[in-house]
Amino acid sequence: MAYLELDRVAKQFGTQTVVDDFSLSVGKGEFISFLGPSGCGKTTTLQMIAGFLDPTRGAIRLEGKDLTAIHPAKRGLGIVFQSYALFPHMTAAENVAFGLEMRGVPRGERAERVRAALAMVGLAGYEDRHPRRMSGGQQQRVALARALVIKPSVLLLDEPLSNLDAKLREEMQIELRQIQRTIGTTTILVTHDQNEAMSLSDRIVVMSQGKIEQIGTPQETYEKPASAFVSQFLGKTNDFAATIDRTVSPTQLVAGSWRAPAPAGLSGPVTVSVRPERIGFDDAGLTAKIVTRIFQGNHWLFQCESECGPAIVIRQNDGQAQPGEGEAVHLTWRPEDMSVRARAGA
Amino acid sequence: MSAAAEERSARAPWALTAPALMLFVGVLLIPLAMTVMLSFHDWGQYKGIEPVFILKNWHEIATDPYYAEMFWRTFRIAILTTLLTALLGAPEAYILNRMSGRWKSFFLLVILGPLLISVVARTLGWALLFGGNNGLVNKLLMSLGAIRSPLPFMFTETGMVIALAHVMMPFMVLSVWAALQRLDPQIENAAMSLGAGPATIIRRIVMPQIMPGVLSGAIIVFSLSASAFATPAIIGGRRLKVAATLAYDEFLNTLNWPLGAAVATLLLVALVLIVVGSNALIERRYAEVFR
Ligand SMILES: Nc1ncnc2c1ncn2[C@@H]1O[C@H](COP(=O)(O)OP(=O)(O)O)[C@@H](O)[C@H]1O
Ligand SMILES: [Mg+2]
Repeated sequence: MAYLELDRVAKQFGTQTVVDDFSLSVGKGEFISFLGPSGCGKTTTLQMIAGFLDPTRGAIRLEGKDLTAIHPAKRGLGIVFQSYALFPHMTAAENVAFGLEMRGVPRGERAERVRAALAMVGLAGYEDRHPRRMSGGQQQRVALARALVIKPSVLLLDEPLSNLDAKLREEMQIELRQIQRTIGTTTILVTHDQNEAMSLSDRIVVMSQGKIEQIGTPQETYEKPASAFVSQFLGKTNDFAATIDRTVSPTQLVAGSWRAPAPAGLSGPVTVSVRPERIGFDDAGLTAKIVTRIFQGNHWLFQCESECGPAIVIRQNDGQAQPGEGEAVHLTWRPEDMSVRARAGA
Repeated sequence: MSAAAEERSARAPWALTAPALMLFVGVLLIPLAMTVMLSFHDWGQYKGIEPVFILKNWHEIATDPYYAEMFWRTFRIAILTTLLTALLGAPEAYILNRMSGRWKSFFLLVILGPLLISVVARTLGWALLFGGNNGLVNKLLMSLGAIRSPLPFMFTETGMVIALAHVMMPFMVLSVWAALQRLDPQIENAAMSLGAGPATIIRRIVMPQIMPGVLSGAIIVFSLSASAFATPAIIGGRRLKVAATLAYDEFLNTLNWPLGAAVATLLLVALVLIVVGSNALIERRYAEVFR
């Protein structure tokens, strides 16, 4: 049963369609990420859920009720903005208390809930600080506490971690996930960082140019990308041009001198995607030459020139001897480690 | 670095600022000091200015209630003008800021445009509209039967406040506008998502944040209004004098330069004290918003 439902939502600014045909069902307590490059319409979609923008077409429902008919002030959603948008003239406690005040929560209960919310985000003792006197990470926590203290039905996060440095971002990711698990709030996170989306979410919505490319668990989107865009966007990948040969029996998938039994349902020219860490060196397979070899501590990174174009290979540093630069090698992978798509335009 | 080079680099800032500094000293500090000194000189109808040191002018200003009344009027007009520009200018800037691109630049031009027109021309405009029986608006209203006698505008404090507020409005709008630019563009959405209605957002979120802008605009408008000359001279004439028009009269009509200098000096000192004092108060009060 869908908790939050977006049904063929679209948004146009003038003649420009920014979000198109966006359909998504979010379960209660689920952590969803909108992942895509800058300008693909993530914020626009989030703002339509929040009510700051009205969809041009489509419906948004929360527990079966039409959300677009409700004024944004009455939707009861918690929102963390990319800039945090804290009230600079109020202390941390006053910022967090604001939403409760608007709901007419009595003073005593309010103080108690504000204290608890600030403690939950690790800011006990910072009640009387003004935002301008806090670090970026601390401001981010205040913004999170302010959004969560009203017990929102859905928590919306617009690139909440993008203004933090790498180390702090990692810490906050872990903390965010723990908090979300503990209180079980349905959460939608907007991000352009694939690592962030993968480490936080139950499901990822990969977007490109206002359209959904794929919806799936982090593992599904990584290992079974539905399109070339998804496989490119989620980590490094190798795309090899291949053909499916139906003239032989059993039918074969041929990429250079690498061949395997063909998957069902496809024929003619195809694209084969293989993640760099799934490729190994062997005595037979795709012929290639190692161009550069880079040592990165726990793994080796090889850039190769293969008969089907450039290829990247990552090998764990397991103490085995590795081929050197300029060496001729053969690349191979297990058929289940690749995804095969019909080649567009061929 | 050698000692000589160090000395040279220490002198460089002085050398570079010397032209501006000389201009500043030459056209501002020296005349100012001379004006202050002038206020202690003596003056007589037949003997003219005598370069002696006496407190006659200051004594006259302190004891003659005419001067107390005139200074009180000057500051009353400046305060009312400031209040009027704040009450109209702050909402004006807010509305302007919420307009979409094209309209925004158009109306910004409408607001700033008058700055390109002489204060005298703008004030004369008011005189043309309301000046006695021949004023355009007065004539119209009287012919429509809405009023029996012309609206009193010329030679009234109300008229002066309205005309001054009109002249000063751009400064207030610009100052509030600058404060609005520093607002987080999502701040109103943030307040709305927490359940605040439009009135609450303005009162609790926007107002406190643009208050520093309103107050610094108020300081500008107040000091410009208290020392304004053209508008009070045209609207108030010689019947309703303020500090600037009085000093002008003493200098150019009575030729009592020392008394005029004393009036001008007192106005300057009072303004400096008020501006510096309120600025310090504002900065202390809004430390956390400014930081
Ligand atoms: N108010 C607006 N008017 C016109 N175009 C807009 C507006 N807001 C966003 N856009 C356009 O919509 C597209 C998507 O924007 P956005 O949703 O902010 O992307 P993202 O958050 O994924 O980076 C961009 O091309 C942007 O220029
Ligand atoms: Mg965005």
